[in-house]
Amino acid sequence: MAKKFTEELKKLQNNFISMGIDVNEEIYQATKLFLSSNHADKNIVSNQDKNVNQKEVNLEEQALNLIALQQPVANDFREIICILKASSDLERIGDHAASIANEAVHLKAVIQNPDVERIITQMSLKVRTMLESFLNSYYHNDSYESRVIAQEDILVDKYFVQARKLIMQEAEEHDLAIDALYNYLRVIRLLERIGDHIVNLTEWILYRNSGELVELNPGKIEPDLVRRDLEKNKNNGLIDDKDNQ
Amino acid sequence: MGKILSTKNLRLYYGKSEALHGISLKFLDGEITALIGPSGCGKSTYLRCLNRMNDLLDNVTITGTIKLQGKDIYSPKMSKSEIRKKIGMVFQQPNPFPFSIYDNVAYGPRISGVKDKKVLDEIVETSLKKAAIWDEVKDDLKKNAVALSGGQQQRVCIARTLAVNPDVILLDEPTSALDPISSVKVESTLMDIKKDYNIILVTHNMQQASRISDKTAFMLNGRLIEFDKTEKMFLNPENKITSDYLNGRFG
Repeated sequence: MAKKFTEELKKLQNNFISMGIDVNEEIYQATKLFLSSNHADKNIVSNQDKNVNQKEVNLEEQALNLIALQQPVANDFREIICILKASSDLERIGDHAASIANEAVHLKAVIQNPDVERIITQMSLKVRTMLESFLNSYYHNDSYESRVIAQEDILVDKYFVQARKLIMQEAEEHDLAIDALYNYLRVIRLLERIGDHIVNLTEWILYRNSGELVELNPGKIEPDLVRRDLEKNKNNGLIDDKDNQ
Repeated sequence: MGKILSTKNLRLYYGKSEALHGISLKFLDGEITALIGPSGCGKSTYLRCLNRMNDLLDNVTITGTIKLQGKDIYSPKMSKSEIRKKIGMVFQQPNPFPFSIYDNVAYGPRISGVKDKKVLDEIVETSLKKAAIWDEVKDDLKKNAVALSGGQQQRVCIARTLAVNPDVILLDEPTSALDPISSVKVESTLMDIKKDYNIILVTHNMQQASRISDKTAFMLNGRLIEFDKTEKMFLNPENKITSDYLNGRFG
């Protein structure tokens, strides 16, 4: 009985990690699709997203069965709740990636802004690194790393604010490019949201490890933080990952 | 908060072998404390120390102190009958005496000298009401208690314990011989009366411990492993071994 439960729980954990890896790949493919002009394989992300959605449904079913049939408590209970809640965040991240790919497919671009695209590349890289570190800290029960990852979301927020400013400037100069600029705005917003969901993921690790329910999103804890930091560095031009470490 | 029961460094030996390895716990008035742990971990042995039931066994040595309201219950000045009046006990198998419901509940008060019929009537009614069985038996108090269902018998036994107005109620797996519906009735009885008593409950039923107790003590091999608020124990225990036990990994 207990052995069966332990095996089922192990399976659940492995499926969760596997879903995380898939979502990470989905973000990569989606931004690649958006930034490249080659849309030959435009269905790749939507197929990946279907797979991720199915994985989430399976995870939920497994987790709910374990709760109903085995009635876990204490550490096992927290583990299952962590996976149940975190898998919803992973699924949302996957949806956002699919929306980014969708923007690529419907791109009516007549304009390209290399600065904005550079920021989009950086944002995508950043959220993927955060997601990889999240999976690592999940696997190693590492609460400290989880907190560090959550802090990194501030950088994603800064990229977002900077890119938005550039897009607005561009909009003033080229009235006719609103559609294309709107694509940019959508994509940076989606990447920023992905960052927020990754922070949620780290919060579930803390719950799993210590039973604490905490808010780790630096932008929510201190809403003024991004603006203040950016003003401090406004003479330095575009932020760089290195400046913010 | 005058009904605090506490043990300090309680050790119990069968001959030379130590069965309880120094247990210190404090039970508070108005709370239900659950004692959990695998069979043979010493929780029933410990419970029996709390109203000196182990005194009946030969070859048993007990060291450490057990105090009720600051008084050592093992002191020669304390009489066993006085202790058992203050610290009542309900067992795993319902054990009503083979006479009427009324006489079962009136047994304790009569022994302590209550003779007035009116007073006895009142004690019986109040006790049966507190034990949440009055409505089921009030028209048939002359009925032999043994003829009741298991769940009803157990609630009569609780009423019998309440009739002598104890400070502390010890319960040794009080629902393990009952069906789920009767168990829930006994559990709600305990929840209803807990504000006036200090209740200590040995149980093998983890859901029962999490449903009704305020604090939980986990014992293993004669040692106290962890003692905390039940919510903490069932959500986030300090020791992995506590979590493993609660999830049925051993025991």
